[in-house]
Amino acid sequence: MEMLYAITTGILTSCGLYLTLRGRTFPVVVGLTLLSYAVNLFLFSMGGLTTDGAALVNEGSQFADPLPQALVLTAIVIGFAMTAFVVILAMRARSEVGNDHVDGKKEDRE
Amino acid sequence: MIQHLIVLPVVLPLVAGILLLYQRQGLAHYKRAVSVIATLLLLLVSIALVRQAASGEITYYALGDWQPPFGVVLVLDRLSALMVLLTSLLAVGAVVFACGGDDEKGSNFHGLFQWQLLGINGAFLTGDLFNLFVFFEVLLLASYALLLHGGGKARIQASVHYVVLNLAGSSLFLIAVGILYGATGTLNMADMGYKLASLPAEREGLVTAGALMLLVVFGLKAAILPLYFWLPRAYAAAPAPVAALFAIMTKVGIYAILRVYSLIFGEQAGGLVALEQPWVWWLALATLAAAGVGVMAARDLRLLVAYLVLISVGTLLAGVGMRSVEATSALLYYLIHTTLVTGGLFLLAEMIGLQRGKPGTRIVKGRPLVQGNALAITFFIGAIAVVGMPPLSGALGKAMVLVAAEGTQRVWLWPLLLLASLASLIALSRAGSTLFWRSHRGSPSGSSLSRYQWFGMLWLLSAAPLLVAFAGPVSSYTQATGEQLANPQLLIKTLLPDAGEMP
Repeated sequence: MEMLYAITTGILTSCGLYLTLRGRTFPVVVGLTLLSYAVNLFLFSMGGLTTDGAALVNEGSQFADPLPQALVLTAIVIGFAMTAFVVILAMRARSEVGNDHVDGKKEDRE
Repeated sequence: MIQHLIVLPVVLPLVAGILLLYQRQGLAHYKRAVSVIATLLLLLVSIALVRQAASGEITYYALGDWQPPFGVVLVLDRLSALMVLLTSLLAVGAVVFACGGDDEKGSNFHGLFQWQLLGINGAFLTGDLFNLFVFFEVLLLASYALLLHGGGKARIQASVHYVVLNLAGSSLFLIAVGILYGATGTLNMADMGYKLASLPAEREGLVTAGALMLLVVFGLKAAILPLYFWLPRAYAAAPAPVAALFAIMTKVGIYAILRVYSLIFGEQAGGLVALEQPWVWWLALATLAAAGVGVMAARDLRLLVAYLVLISVGTLLAGVGMRSVEATSALLYYLIHTTLVTGGLFLLAEMIGLQRGKPGTRIVKGRPLVQGNALAITFFIGAIAVVGMPPLSGALGKAMVLVAAEGTQRVWLWPLLLLASLASLIALSRAGSTLFWRSHRGSPSGSSLSRYQWFGMLWLLSAAPLLVAFAGPVSSYTQATGEQLANPQLLIKTLLPDAGEMP
C-alpha cells in the first residue's frame, strides 16, 4: 500500500508542477488544484499509514494518528477557498486583459 | 481579563471585521468609525502587551485550555509583542489614510483590512507551526482581495502572479510542515525544538529537507533574491493604504525565519543548528545587490519605494544571517524604522500622484503642485530617513547593522549595504528633483489633499525622528529581545515545564 500511495502522490505532484508552469491561466489553476491534492495526500500519510486501525484512540488496540486527519481537513478547506478565489481571479483577468496568458501578453507561438 | 490579553490582537480585528460586513455599500461613516476605533484599541492592547513582555517573562495563552504541546498556543515574548505593536502602529496610519477616500473605491475595504490585521497578528503570536500556516493563509486571503481593491488592469495582472506564487508557496509550506511532523511527531514549535535534541540520526536528512523547504516559503514571503520578482509589481499596483500595510508583510517572512530557526534550530538542535545561516546570509547579500540595481532603474515613484522595501529586506536578512545577539538587536531596530518609514513613503507617493493628476507617480516633468512645498519637505525628510543619512533613524539602524557584522562578514556587508544606500540616495534625489523642481510653467495642478491623508502619512513618517529621540529605550528593548531569542530554553521551559533538563 505504501508503494501505491507514494506513486500516486508523486504522479499528482509532477502533473501539478508541470501544469503550474504553463503559460495560460487555466492550466495553472488546474495545476495548483492537483498540487493541493498531492499535498493533502502527503500530509495524510505523515502520521504513518495503518490498516484496520481505529479512527480514534481505542484502548489496547492499534489506532490511526488523528492529527494528520485534522490537518488535512483544514488544508482541504483552505485549498478549496483558494481554488475558488483563483478561478474567479483568472476569469477577471481574462475579461480585463483580453487574453488568458499569465503575463497578459499574447504569445506568438501559440 | 488580563490573562486574555494575549488573544485580543486576534479576536479584536475578527469581531471588527464581522461588524464591518454588515452592509457592502454605503454607511461609510459608520464603517470608518468602527475600523479606526478597532485599530486604536488594537494599538492600546499591543502597548499593554509590550509592557507585559518587557519584564522578560514569557507568557502563553492555551486556546481552549489545552495545554502545550497538545493544544494550540499563542506565545507572548519580547519579539512577538514588538511585532504586534509595530503592526498596529502601521495600521493606524494606513487606516486613517484610507478614510481620505481610498476605502470607497471598492467594497469591504475596512472588513478586509481588519482581517489582514488578524492574520498578521496571529502569525506573530502563534507558537504552533501548523497554526502559523493557517494565519499565513488568513493574511494572504485578505491581502489578495485588498490588492485587487479598486480594480484595474495593472492590479489584476500583479494579483495573478502574486496569488499563484503564494498558492504554490502554501503547498510547499504544507509539505514542509508534514515532513517536520512526520519526523518529530509534534507541531508545537517549542516542543519540536526540544525533540530535535533527541532526534535519531537517520531522520536528520528528513528534518533538514523540511527546514530548508520552510526557508523557501518564508523567503517567498520575505522576498529574498530568487523569490522576490512578484514584489515590485504587486506593491506598486496596490492601493496606497494597502501597500503601506504590505510593508509589514515582508517582515512577517523575516519574523518567521527569525522565530523558527532560533527556536526550533537553536543551540539544542545538535547537528542541525543554524542550518539556514549560509543560505540566508549569501542570498540576503545578493538581494541587496539586486535591489540596489532595481532602485536605480525604477521610473515610477511607487516602484522605487517597492525597491526600497527590497533593500530593507536584504539588510534585515543579512542581520538574520549573522546570527548573533548584536545583529538581532540591530536588525530589530532597523525593522521598526524601515516598516514605518517605507509605509509612510507609499502613502506619500500616492499623495504626490494624486496631486499631479495625469502624470501620476511616474518620474517625469509635470505642472507645479498646489501643496508642492509641504509635499517636497516631507518627501525630503522621508528620503533622508530611508536612505540612512543622519540625523534620522535610518542612519542609526544601518550603523547598528554595520557594526554588528564581525570579521569577514564586514568585507561583504559593508560595501554592498553602503552601495545600495548610495543607489537609493541617487535614485531618490533624482526622483525628488524631477517631481518638485523640474516642473513646467503654468498654473499649479491638483486640489488640496484630505486631512486624513496628511495625518496618516505624517503619523508614519514621524517614526523617523521619534526613533532617534527614543533610541535608548528602543535599542535596550531590542537588545533584550536578541538575548531572549538566543536562549530558546527560556521559551521551551515556559511552555513545557516537564521538559526538564536537556539530555
